[in-house]
Amino acid sequence: MDIDKTRVRPYGDTPDDGYMQLSFTLPVPCSDESRRAAEILGEKMGLEDAKVVYSHNIADSFSFFVIYGRCIHSVDMTTIEIPKVNAEFMPFEQINRFIETRIGRKIVVVAACTGTDAHTVGIDAIINMKGYRGEYGLERYPWFTAYNLGSQVRNEDLLAKAIEVDADAILVSQVVTQKNVHIDNLTHLAELVEAEGMRDKVLLIVGGPRISHELAVELGYDAGFGPGTLPSHVGSFIAQALARSARNMREPTRGENLC
Amino acid sequence: MRRLDIDTGLVDRARRAASLIADSTQPIINAYTTTSIERTVLRLLGLSGVDENDVPLPNIIVEQAQAAGLLGDGIAYWIGSAMLHEGLSLSQVAAGLSSGKLSFHRIPRADHDTVRHVIQHEATRVCSYIKARRLEREGLIAGSNSTAPPYLYVIVATGNIYEDVIQATAAAKCGADIIAVIRSTGQSLLDYVPHGPTTEGFGGTYATQTNFRIMREALDVASKECGRYIRLVNYCSGLCMPEIAAIGALERLDMMLNDAMYGILFRDINMQRTFIDQHFSRMINAYAGVIINTGEDNYLTTADAYEEAHTVLASQFINESLALRSGLRPEQIGLGHAYEMDPDIPDGFLYELAQAEMARIIFPNAPLKYMPPTKHMTGNIFKGHLMDAMFNLAGVISGQTIQLLGVLTEHVHTPHLQDRYLSIENAKYIMNNARHLRQEITYKKDGIMEKRANEVLAKATSMLEQVAEIGLMSAIEKAMFASIKRERTGGRGLDGVITKNKGYYNPFPEIFMHELTSSDFSPVLWANQLEGEGRGGGCK
Repeated sequence: MDIDKTRVRPYGDTPDDGYMQLSFTLPVPCSDESRRAAEILGEKMGLEDAKVVYSHNIADSFSFFVIYGRCIHSVDMTTIEIPKVNAEFMPFEQINRFIETRIGRKIVVVAACTGTDAHTVGIDAIINMKGYRGEYGLERYPWFTAYNLGSQVRNEDLLAKAIEVDADAILVSQVVTQKNVHIDNLTHLAELVEAEGMRDKVLLIVGGPRISHELAVELGYDAGFGPGTLPSHVGSFIAQALARSARNMREPTRGENLC
Repeated sequence: MRRLDIDTGLVDRARRAASLIADSTQPIINAYTTTSIERTVLRLLGLSGVDENDVPLPNIIVEQAQAAGLLGDGIAYWIGSAMLHEGLSLSQVAAGLSSGKLSFHRIPRADHDTVRHVIQHEATRVCSYIKARRLEREGLIAGSNSTAPPYLYVIVATGNIYEDVIQATAAAKCGADIIAVIRSTGQSLLDYVPHGPTTEGFGGTYATQTNFRIMREALDVASKECGRYIRLVNYCSGLCMPEIAAIGALERLDMMLNDAMYGILFRDINMQRTFIDQHFSRMINAYAGVIINTGEDNYLTTADAYEEAHTVLASQFINESLALRSGLRPEQIGLGHAYEMDPDIPDGFLYELAQAEMARIIFPNAPLKYMPPTKHMTGNIFKGHLMDAMFNLAGVISGQTIQLLGVLTEHVHTPHLQDRYLSIENAKYIMNNARHLRQEITYKKDGIMEKRANEVLAKATSMLEQVAEIGLMSAIEKAMFASIKRERTGGRGLDGVITKNKGYYNPFPEIFMHELTSSDFSPVLWANQLEGEGRGGGCK
């Protein structure tokens, strides 16, 4: 199919038909008037021929709608630029080999779920031995030393631990947040790291369902990982970023036992 | 009817091991009290409120007693002594202590029996009130209709109690039977209970006595309109376990999330503190006629649900055993489990159903709490809605009691109004459509499901026997639960564990246990079901 990348539109069953569905609730009882209101709303959003295909009362004072319509807008995709995590993703064995040959010592990471967030699902998936989706977590990597501090860790404590173990990377997970509290919390950590004069010495990485690399960079982090991230993604990034950085130049710790 | 053949010999062995495990916590429960238990005593004696800095009065007074080194006698003893010495009422003593007009250092020791006499009078009065609230619930239940289980449980979590009321009322009108107000995510680690109505929270709404009251009153109105009793749930967990139990009892909450080990493993709360607190909190819950919900689903949020299924069962046995020791009736012990297997596993539904049936058979009287898929929900709301439907089917076939409804936007946001409506519609459709399927089917002898159930049971039994051998606390120290290692003296809240002195006094356990161990104690928890009453019809 020949698609004009300068004006991309939704596809229903014919190129450029623009068909979209959406569902929403209006805080008014379901009626002919509220159905029309839903269609008008759709039209204001740029949906031509917006049609309510389903409507239903929720309790006494709300109504739920599913509407279909043809979107009049199009997007020029040739102008879109998204910052991407600068890494070539490698599998487990390759990451370990990469670290062995290019860095020559174990990489130390500290990880935590910070602030009020008590949901360690993300950080556990990346760090814990067991890992996620059949992939081992960083704890299992012979060339990583990983400290998972768990949930509701204060930024100050996370940073103190990073200093104590001379960490190469700090991993922060933010899963459950409300009213953008995760943004404040992440900004606070970045400021603390800066204030400690650590910013050039440690990789700052954040992950979570609402995190994008773009947001992470904006907040002063080196990388951001969103949903579906696997331990090897994070591992690849850390290894390669470290290989590029000056920190790599430091002497391997003597007597380090890698087995 | 023959369902799954479960090895009853193994079930007996597992129960015996769990009983030994529960016994291993008894010495610390007997030897220590905690700051949260002492604050609970004050709350039960009628003390609430905060000072000008929003510090709750129970915290102020217990901290003073702790600093004076007197808490080992029990706060009740010293409050009683102060009442006798000063000739003041309980509330006057509390006001005097919190304002600094009275000091624990200047209160002479009173005669124990005289103190007991004075305090017993106050304690009996509040217990009568709690009992009256339980009977009030029983009256409301008796006067209402009920559909057959599984009962539909949904959560509200706006952070603002007044918005929660709107959402909860709408959910009840759509057909929800049980409403849980999710707590603000940091609250389990607060060593005090916030005060008053709250409108800001993170991922949930603070549990406060006022918030409890606001929601209970709103649901009473909704219950009347719906013609069935709508239950209210909150969290009796974290550092304030017994205090939340107390305010829940006073405000007629109906269910409490109350797990014996959750705080230790997943919130890093000190294990001694937790075991001591859970015991008293469950006693209060039992007396108030509350159904507890245990948190076994948490074992599966990171671990693989297929591989680690036995840890859920093992924890259920332990929770049951500890709960029975607090005077809870089996009918009040809502053991948790979850539908969390990877949807890509071939025959995954069979394994889920096998385990759900297994739990039903092993804990025949427990109002089992079945938790929906969360870990493998992706944001593909369409597939998520299907997964929730399969979960609902497993729930109705296996005869679960409390079905925590999955929401298609799991992993996207805390549920919106329409998400809850869609999830209730999903459950009503399936549970109505497959209402009596349970009575029509038996499972194949030695089939995939029977084998699976017995395999999980065997693994759980062997795990419990290993734990029983070394004791529960040593087992947790060895990371035998959820692969999480916790130290006996580690975690939060150990500074609130206090050795009881010889004359330690807390009036409540005796009053509670007297009632709980009497043969008359049999709280009415559910309305008579109208046979044939389906869940047809849409959202009214």
